[in-house]
Formats: sequence, C-alpha cells, structure tokens
Amino acid sequence: MIERLQRIGRNTLDRLAATGRAGQMLVQSLIAPPEPTTMLPLLVKQLHFVGVLSLVIILVSGLFIGMVLGLQGYTILVDYGSEQAVGQMVALSLVRELAPVVTALLFAGRAGSAVTAEIGLMKATEQLASYEMIGVDPLRRIIAPRLWAGFISLPILTMIFSVVGIWGGSLVAVDWLGIYSGSFWANMQASVDFSTDVLNGIIKSLVFGFVVIWIAVFQGYDAVPTSEGISKATTRTVVYSSLAVLGLDFILTAMMFGEI
Amino acid sequence: MRMRSLEIGVGGLILAGAVSLITLAINVSGLSFSDSTGGYNIYARFENVGGLTERAKVSLSGVQIGEVTAIRIDTRMLMADVEMRIFDEVDYLSKDSSAQILTAGLLGEKYIGITPGFEEETLAEGSRIEDTQSALVLEELIGKFLFNKVSE
Repeated sequence: MIERLQRIGRNTLDRLAATGRAGQMLVQSLIAPPEPTTMLPLLVKQLHFVGVLSLVIILVSGLFIGMVLGLQGYTILVDYGSEQAVGQMVALSLVRELAPVVTALLFAGRAGSAVTAEIGLMKATEQLASYEMIGVDPLRRIIAPRLWAGFISLPILTMIFSVVGIWGGSLVAVDWLGIYSGSFWANMQASVDFSTDVLNGIIKSLVFGFVVIWIAVFQGYDAVPTSEGISKATTRTVVYSSLAVLGLDFILTAMMFGEI
Repeated sequence: MRMRSLEIGVGGLILAGAVSLITLAINVSGLSFSDSTGGYNIYARFENVGGLTERAKVSLSGVQIGEVTAIRIDTRMLMADVEMRIFDEVDYLSKDSSAQILTAGLLGEKYIGITPGFEEETLAEGSRIEDTQSALVLEELIGKFLFNKVSE
C-alpha cells in the first residue's frame, strides 16, 4: 500500500519535472537574439523535412476525406431534398474541424515521430554533447529550427488540406452525383464566414502545430539515450500529441463556436 | 545543389499555402472586399425580427442590394431597430418603400425584402423606412389559426 502510494507520488513528481524541463527547453531555445544568417538555412532544411515531405500524405488524405464527406453528405441530405447543401456541409466541417485536427494527427505521426527519433538518436550518439563541447548551443542549433518549422508548416498544411478536401467534395458532388455547381458553391459561400470559420480554423492549427512540435522535440531531447528509450519516446510523441490535439480541439471549439 | 532543391521545395510549400489561403477566402467563404467600404445606411423599425441576424441579405426583387449591419432595441419605442447598408449604386429606392422580413425557402435564413414605392424622393444616408412588416413567427400563426377556428 505504502509502496503503491510512493510510486504514484514519484510518477507525479517525474511528470511535473518533465513538464518543467519542457518549458525550460522552450524558453531557452526560442528566447535569444535572432541570427538570420545561421538560422535561416537550418530553418529551410527543417521546413523541407517536416513540411514539404508531409505534403503527399496531406494531399492524399485531404482528397479522400473530402470525397467521403461529399458522398456521405449527399446520401443523407438527398432524403430531405436539400442535396444542394452538400457544399456547405463539406466546407464547414473541413474548415472548422476536420482539416486542423486530421492534419495535426497526421503531422504528429509523419513529422513528429521522425523529429523525436532524430533528436533522440543525436542524443544517444552524443552529438548533442559534442555540439556543446565545441561551444555551440544545441538548443539554438538543433531544437529551435525544428520548433519554428513545425509551427510554420502545420497551418500551411492545414489550409492545403482544406482546399484539397473541398475540391474532392466538389469532385464527387458536382461531377459525379450531378449537383448543380452554382448552388454547390453559392451555398458554401453564403454559409462560410471568413473570420469565424476560416480564421478560427487557422488559429486552431497554429495551436496544434505549436503543441505537436513541442511535444515531439521535447520527447526526443528528453529521451533515455538507448534504443529502447528512443522507441518509447517516439511512441509517447504520437500518443501524447494525438491526445493533446483532440483535447485542445474541444476546448478551442467551445471557446470559438460555443458562445460561452 | 542539394540546398537549392530544398529551398525550391520550401518555397513551393509556402506558395501553396498562400494560394490555399486566397482560395479559402475568395472561393469558399465568398469574401469580397468591395462590399464593406461603400454604401449608405438606412434604418427600419420592426415589431419582431424573428431570426434575422447581422450580415443578412437585403434584397429587392430577390437581388441583393445590401446587408444588415446592426440590430438593436429602440428603447423609446420598444421595437427592434435594424440598420442596413445599401450599396451606393442603388440610389433609386423611393422614400415610401416598405421593408419585410422574409424567409428563404421553408427552413432557410431570414432576409429583408424591400418593396419599392412611388414617391419621387429617394432614400439616402440615415433615412428611415416607416412601412415595415415583421417576421412571420410560426407559433403566432398557429395561434391565430386556432383562435379563428374556435370563434367559428
């Protein structure tokens, strides 16, 4: 009994300490005078790694999710004789919810895990330590570019996801099921508001991008430097960031659309 | 050379993001930058605005000629006071036009329909439409119907 209590207490304290280290890492890596000449090439490299290389999975899943939404929306709405509202349904559900959340989940699986494994391996092979030996701050050189790259690329990917999804929806609804394209787009434009729907979706993706990349980088930076530790850290990245994204999504939705 | 292809890739990603944002703004949400600037404000009091919201359409013969910009309570008359912005090019609404709150379709959104009058003088900035007809509220309609049935 006492042992169990001790374990709970120890775990709680460990978690708390890890959260503290995560915050410390964030502050130390981001708050520093900017050095554009050295940072910019590193940032471009990371943007390519986490952003451009995630593009294919985002495009394919966006297209299929949009097509499925178009198809499902049509089969339901046709019962009420209001199949013209498919455009509105596809656009609203993508822009408000599905694009930010699904993109963030895919991003956590595709880019977050890779970042964790990379940094974890750097730590295990003592590359981070050798950076420190030659007087280069690994937080500035390794961590900061990755944080910025994730923060910048997720909103971009989310917008691409929305556009491709809506295009997929119109492909199914207009070209295949024969809804009149004028009413498809007019209904969509009448119901989607730029500031409440599109901008709120982008705000969501900014928050998700920050959280996912923070978790990914920290799990790598804090990994136990063994092969087992890296595999555990990678798993934790995907699990924690998925949970964080879904939980935060509810909170953000409640704040944005819940009229509280 | 490797760095160059990376840069091109990242540039392409950012360009694709910008194009997506513009597409979302213009094609999906129908944002237009001309509506919000021009136009003149007119006012109308309604007994009941029903489900009318801000940014609802103001139309003449089904063609949009403006939008609702504000809905507030006139504390003296205890009626809803609706402020509408009418596009500048619509300068031919006569002073005795009437305004009705209508519904698009059976379950659709509420909008304001303007019926033109006959006077020479036209509505201008700050003028008020006096002849108004409130939104049709289903419960009131059913109530009236039942009342008529009983009195028969």
